[in-house]
Amino acid sequence: MKRFVLAVCAVLLGSSVFGLARAQPWPDILAKARGQTMFWNAWGGDDKTNAFIAWVGDEVQKRYGVTIRHVRLRDTAEAVTRVVAEKAAGRNQGGSVDLIWINGPNFVAMKEQGLLFGPFTGLLPNYRFVDFETKPSNLVDFTVPVDGLESPWRLAQIVFIHDAARTKDMPRSIPALLDWARRNPGRLTHPSVGNFLGATFLKQALYELTPDPAMLQKPATDENFAKATAPLWVWYDQLLPLLWRQGRQFPETGPAQRQLLNDGDIDILISFNPSEAAVSIAGGLLPNTARTFVMDRGTIGNTSFVAIPYNAANKEAAMVVADFLLDPIVQAKAQDPAVLGNVTVLDLRKLTAEQRNMFEAVPRGAATPTPAELGRVLLEPHASWMTRIAAEWTKRYTR
Amino acid sequence: MLRIAPVVTLLLLILPIAAGLAGTVLPSFGYLPALGGTEFSLGPWRDLLAYPGFGSALRLSIVTGVAATMLSFAIAVLTCATFHGAPGFRRLQAAIAPILAMPHSALAIGFAFLIAPSGWLARLAASVTGADRPGDIVTVQDEGGLALIAGLLLKEVPYLLLMIFAALNQMPARQAMAIARSLGYGAALAWIKVVLPRIYPQIRLPIYAVLAFSLSVVDVALILGPGNPPPLGPLALRWFSDPLLLLYFPAAAAACLQLALLVAAIALWRTGEVVVARAGRWWIARGGRGLAVQPFLNAAGRIAWLLLALSALSLLAMGLWSVAESWRFPDLLPTGWTLATWTRQAAGLWWPVQTTMALALVSTLIAMVLALACLENEQRRGLHPGIGALWLLYTPLLVPQIAFLFGAQIVLIRLDLDGTWTALVWSHLLFVLPYVFLSLADPWRNIDPRLIRTAACLGASPLRILFAVKLPMMLRPLLAAAAVGFAVSVGLYLPTLFAGNGRFATLTTEAVTLAGGADRRIIGIHALLQALLPLLIYAIALAAPSIAFRHRRLLAVAS
Repeated sequence: MKRFVLAVCAVLLGSSVFGLARAQPWPDILAKARGQTMFWNAWGGDDKTNAFIAWVGDEVQKRYGVTIRHVRLRDTAEAVTRVVAEKAAGRNQGGSVDLIWINGPNFVAMKEQGLLFGPFTGLLPNYRFVDFETKPSNLVDFTVPVDGLESPWRLAQIVFIHDAARTKDMPRSIPALLDWARRNPGRLTHPSVGNFLGATFLKQALYELTPDPAMLQKPATDENFAKATAPLWVWYDQLLPLLWRQGRQFPETGPAQRQLLNDGDIDILISFNPSEAAVSIAGGLLPNTARTFVMDRGTIGNTSFVAIPYNAANKEAAMVVADFLLDPIVQAKAQDPAVLGNVTVLDLRKLTAEQRNMFEAVPRGAATPTPAELGRVLLEPHASWMTRIAAEWTKRYTR
Repeated sequence: MLRIAPVVTLLLLILPIAAGLAGTVLPSFGYLPALGGTEFSLGPWRDLLAYPGFGSALRLSIVTGVAATMLSFAIAVLTCATFHGAPGFRRLQAAIAPILAMPHSALAIGFAFLIAPSGWLARLAASVTGADRPGDIVTVQDEGGLALIAGLLLKEVPYLLLMIFAALNQMPARQAMAIARSLGYGAALAWIKVVLPRIYPQIRLPIYAVLAFSLSVVDVALILGPGNPPPLGPLALRWFSDPLLLLYFPAAAAACLQLALLVAAIALWRTGEVVVARAGRWWIARGGRGLAVQPFLNAAGRIAWLLLALSALSLLAMGLWSVAESWRFPDLLPTGWTLATWTRQAAGLWWPVQTTMALALVSTLIAMVLALACLENEQRRGLHPGIGALWLLYTPLLVPQIAFLFGAQIVLIRLDLDGTWTALVWSHLLFVLPYVFLSLADPWRNIDPRLIRTAACLGASPLRILFAVKLPMMLRPLLAAAAVGFAVSVGLYLPTLFAGNGRFATLTTEAVTLAGGADRRIIGIHALLQALLPLLIYAIALAAPSIAFRHRRLLAVAS
């Protein structure tokens, strides 16, 4: 009951702040943002992204007088917890988190608890370029409507990477992956299931194995979860002893697997970045012979967003950064494999010919799949599936 | 003014820890009104016990903590026993100083690469066997916690060695050894039978500190320990940072369990001391000369050198990674060299380096002032602080960090201090102050009273005596204490994380975060800087007195 009352208060507070925000035209926001130092809480496990955030920091400093402090998180949940703790302590203003790189369960948790500021995306001048038609994940985050509470900045889609000099004829379906592991024991792994990428690997398997994939778009309950995931666990029970280290140990994060592939410890790397191979080759982290493959029936894709906590101290600066991330110049730069190898969230048809050229000028390279090769994008299941799968995995496989 | 110094110092140490402990114990019994816990219950403890990996996590914490402590004690003792009086002894004393300055996590990161199946040692083996792929074996993050134990030894053995060296200065060890040797005892056994019993009381608290640290370590466990399940410390940290609020409660229970574990471990160790002392008395009285075991002891005494070599290799490996262009298995050395990683990271490094430096300097400065005030007060009033005061001073080093830092964070948020410089400096002071005080206390208490009396007779005020006589004389120990304080601050992970609310990145927090799996070249830069920064300060602390005293050589020797 108490939590409910708190939540209601927060929603009321949030909406009143929102009322204020809406009344502000963009030049006023820019004026207020100037001189602010904002704390961007973003997962710090990927060096390319860290370098990109540092570059964004330099640029917004030059253009808008905004200083970015990148708070490098081990897990995005840390930032959510901080906002929760601040709310519990009654700090409804001047909070320590200004912007969070977020999506999925963390977004859902914050949205449900009324911890987000907004809707604010309507205020951002560059938001009009966002692709809502062919990239539905820009509007629906793990089946939950975004409602203007978070602004997209990069697209992710599950891909698999191997070293073509060492391995050929890679499996193109989840059952085939098990057969491949039987022939190549100890050569496959996935990130720890506590990590979003590890949990996503299990969801990817669930998509192909569950009898009714449409069910995944609804919240998971005690009844539908057991039924829908039964084949997943049968498959995984067989796979586990065939994994690297007999499934007793897992790399903590996606990049940790990359090190393993580069060392020849494993043969397959799972990534959320379609141009991971090209980016890693450019960075000297994978051999030139690294190549990308996907599953024939499609792979899970989602959008990475930035959101602003309801009590953020520097909301204007946060909005300026969110808007800057959508700037066509920034999106085009991020698409370069030497930078992020980003898949843009923008709709190129909404841009001028000159702006479009910036995107088309970026070289693709042999390691990056074309949109056609990338194949179908599967929508993320409802966030409750991820939470439950991770919990069930812990229950089954933690000894 | 000076009279309240000890009170202020102790309040600064004890009060926040007590408040922090309360803030952790209460939620562990379900009480945390801010999150809707208004009634006391055993629910959090039941949740903790129901966690599938609870048994393994608990076993792991106990086994790694106790084994690391026993092994480091045994190795330190055997090393001193075999090298005491030998030429190697001085070299050893010089060799451990730089290792002591390096943060634990920096060594752990390097060590992880050294022993990984694709690491340096494996590559060395592969260059013989011709393997082109790393073996599918578990070395780092093994379920048994062996890598974690070894990683802890790297720092704990030098720390205990240092403590033993300090204790040796307090007794006529050389004479005792000479007598024992003349009675026909082998060198190592003579040391164990004659010297060890007399210095043990002085290294008891440091041993307990090692026990406390090893039982509840978080940063090293994140790097070298297993992940599924992790030991209790990282498990509690993981739950504390879970967005599902309800995990706060079992996390608090796990943190409290850490404390209970420590109390039990110390009680058990104390009992063990009594038993060993009884048996030891009989053993010593029996009079075995131990000549037969001498070669075996000599060999065991070399383990400390092995550990030092591993530490040096760890650091070297990180240095190589930081300038490697590409370094794949099974290459022994990078196939290309570049400074690009450094230049690319330079901009991003500036902030953490700044934070690390500022934090270490400020907390060390405050700690120095407080420690000096306490010591000066003690000396002017002719006080002789008892063992109780020493225990109080050791409190921050004995209480598991996670057991009070979580509660302290709630207190800080209530006071609107979380994520501020004040909170951060305070959290560092907690750990810097005891070390600064301990390294300053002995030299200060050993100041020759005749010098003070002479100055007083010449009409100098106490203040003038302090500034004109004591401080210049004490320059060397003062700088050494400052270097220790600096190194302690640089290495702190959990306090920075909690009190800084994650907003303050230091080299250590960055390095531990990156160790999760980032590019080894970038991890290398962070680990290297993390280790070099305190080393640099150590070098300055060593060099400065020689420069300042170049015209006063006798004084330099006197200190």
